[in-house]
Amino acid sequence: MPMEQSVLESLIADAFPDAKIEINDLAGDGDHYAAHVVSSAFKGKSRVQQHQMVYDALKGQMGDVLHALALTTAVPQD
Amino acid sequence: MSSQEVNDWIRKQIANNDVVLFMKGTKKFPQCGFSGQITQILNYIGVDYADVNVLDDMSVREGIKEFSNWPTIPQLYVKGEFQGGCDIVKEMFQDGSLMQLFEEKGVAYDKSKTMSA
Repeated sequence: MPMEQSVLESLIADAFPDAKIEINDLAGDGDHYAAHVVSSAFKGKSRVQQHQMVYDALKGQMGDVLHALALTTAVPQD
Repeated sequence: MSSQEVNDWIRKQIANNDVVLFMKGTKKFPQCGFSGQITQILNYIGVDYADVNVLDDMSVREGIKEFSNWPTIPQLYVKGEFQGGCDIVKEMFQDGSLMQLFEEKGVAYDKSKTMSA
């Protein structure tokens, strides 16, 4: 069961209102995306924690509805 | 296995091995692109690691996700600490922090095989 790119983007945007989000559809099948998320919410968090925050934003759909998300996260440069 | 047994079994793999990769397939025959990418990295830098094929047991495949609070496979543990999945391990390899981690934790690897070499 694929996920629409717009749904993926809004789930992340809802959880990270200040975020800059770039999403690429890697396969055109709604199942393989790359996402780069830049948000101040990641400040002081490890990479694992940052990614867990994004997975939490997807409300349990990561790995089930959405098969693959090549994810990179960053804190905005001050 | 019951969820308690799965957690105990997972904890034992992590405790008994300096480096453990929970993956789809085996280090010789990875059965998923993401799992394969991590085995390539670990094989390249010559780290000794235990490969756990989660496809052998659905309760392990699901149990590890809960255990680590991480929704996907592969998952890498080093000296009992969860490091992340494919994306993070690739980033760590590219920025050198993976080899630095092995250095700090006293995990042997082939020092000639670093990105800068």
